[in-house]
Amino acid sequence: MKIFAASALLICGAYLIQAFMPAQQQYDVKAAMARGKKVYDKICIVCHQPDGSGVPRMNPPLIKTKITLGPKQKLVQILVKGFNEEVEINGEYYSNPMPAQPQLTNQEIADVLTYVRRSFGNKASYVTVAEVKAIRAKLK
Amino acid sequence: MSKLFSSFILIIASAFSACAGDPVNTAPGDIKLPAGFKAIVVADKLGNARHIVVNSNGDVYVKLERLKDGKGIIRLRDTNGDGVADEKFAFGNFGGTGIAIKNGYLYASSDDNVYRYKFNDKNEIENPDKPEIIITGLVNKRQHSSKSIALDNNGFIYVNIGAPSNSCQEADRTAGSKGQMPCPILETAGGIWQFRADKLNQSYAEGVRYATGLRNVVGLDWNTSVNELFVMQHGRDQLSQLYPDNYSNEQNAEVPAEEFFIVKKGMDFGWPYCYYDPIQKKKLLAPEYGGDGKTEGLCGTKEKPLYAFPAHWAPNALLFYTGNQFAAKYKNGAFIAFHGSWNRAPLEQAGFNVVFLPMKDGKPAGDYEIFADNFVGGKENLSPSKAKHRPCGLAMGTDGSMYISDDQGGTVWKIIYTGEK
Ligand code: HEC
Repeated sequence: MKIFAASALLICGAYLIQAFMPAQQQYDVKAAMARGKKVYDKICIVCHQPDGSGVPRMNPPLIKTKITLGPKQKLVQILVKGFNEEVEINGEYYSNPMPAQPQLTNQEIADVLTYVRRSFGNKASYVTVAEVKAIRAKLK
Repeated sequence: MSKLFSSFILIIASAFSACAGDPVNTAPGDIKLPAGFKAIVVADKLGNARHIVVNSNGDVYVKLERLKDGKGIIRLRDTNGDGVADEKFAFGNFGGTGIAIKNGYLYASSDDNVYRYKFNDKNEIENPDKPEIIITGLVNKRQHSSKSIALDNNGFIYVNIGAPSNSCQEADRTAGSKGQMPCPILETAGGIWQFRADKLNQSYAEGVRYATGLRNVVGLDWNTSVNELFVMQHGRDQLSQLYPDNYSNEQNAEVPAEEFFIVKKGMDFGWPYCYYDPIQKKKLLAPEYGGDGKTEGLCGTKEKPLYAFPAHWAPNALLFYTGNQFAAKYKNGAFIAFHGSWNRAPLEQAGFNVVFLPMKDGKPAGDYEIFADNFVGGKENLSPSKAKHRPCGLAMGTDGSMYISDDQGGTVWKIIYTGEK
């Protein structure tokens, strides 16, 4: 019950912040997409491919997968900490490791995740610098 | 007019082949072959068909990387001699890549173990549910974990143990991370190990590290004409992405070569310290170890390739052709199945073909030519997942036909020669 109330508060809080921060209201998705593409083309393209389709059984696709469209917490964690587990992604397993990218700034992470979540046929919400900052602060 | 004319030719041509009672069915893929060769689709949609082998009675055994309906090996049998499989039998509860037949046994590998099944006097697997474990507990850290196998004529089996790494950096595939010196991975992987083919439950302790400094080998074959092992190495990835100051994307697309080696006991091929630059024709120091695209460093002492193939094509099978069906120039030459690249991105991908390299006395005797092509199925492609087929396995039948497997569309083709010799 306590946990529930606390998380409700958190969710409301996040909502309020979103609603009242002027920067959020004017979030320029188009500019973020353009910057995100630059990061993607430099770092991610080799493994996840220009069309986000990945490499069969080696590097997963970023097209409508649960993780790509899912909670931002997990996405930021994957970029900052890397990802090398035997996990099923849309019914298949991928053998390469995903290297951590701790050198990326909060801005770059927000941009590249926004790009990935809104390209290749994906239509998920964009990711803001404030969100990346909050999630990253809690990652050890 | 010219269009009309060419369709006229086409009609004539197809009518002609129809009249000839041609049994050839090339439906999925229509792969391209040199004049005189024909492709028959033995089976398709099998799953991730990795390596294949043909028994003396013509049965084709296909190793699947992932289980399909709970099974990891499929036997294809053609009962009426038209080349098309009309009986399928699936068994084996492990996925994997390697498969071979020797001295009355079918050998097959998972990513951890090597198993074998005995054939009975009717050439059937005696006990499809109970294979013997020959080798067990091999390094399997997901990356480069497939265990390809080859057997010699002296009772030994050779197993590739790929390095679970790109270039032995402290943090794999991470910009700025240093190469480990010496590379600890080489103690249990990054080479070819030799085991007895007839002893059960062998682990590293019973094996011999036969050769080292091989990043990952998928295609390997015992060459009976010179009695030696030969392999194709998958060269390292991501030069431009990890070291943009020293390598452009255009350079990365052509460097390093996929190297073809003869493998003798004790040889060192240089991974992770060195890679082969096919343009400068040199083994160069890897950037993780202080290389800059020009420095040779310690690489002068490492084994050189017999032949350098284009970068990133991913050689997944090697077969020395010992049959008599194909024209004489193919005898004892090497066929190599390239899986097709992913590491050329952002440039267009390449490979996805089967090439032939003429050989004489165990040495290349000319340049390679593309033997089978158009596996992609149409225009060149930007990403490997869009290819219809990816060549992965090669085998020869007793009649000298060659078989090609594909781990994307799950197709197995039988290649026959009907032209002049
Ligand atoms: C060296 C290859 C490589 C690079 C470079 C790389 N990834 Fe990955 N990525 C992987 C692999 C492999 C996995 C799956 C790891 C696993 O299954 O343990 C993965 C997983 C992911 C996932 C979650 C899985 C999914 O498909 O749903 C996302 C999202 C992702 N990567 C995004 C990125 C982004 C964004 C970049 C660039 C900043 C990037 N990756 C760079 C190889 C790579």
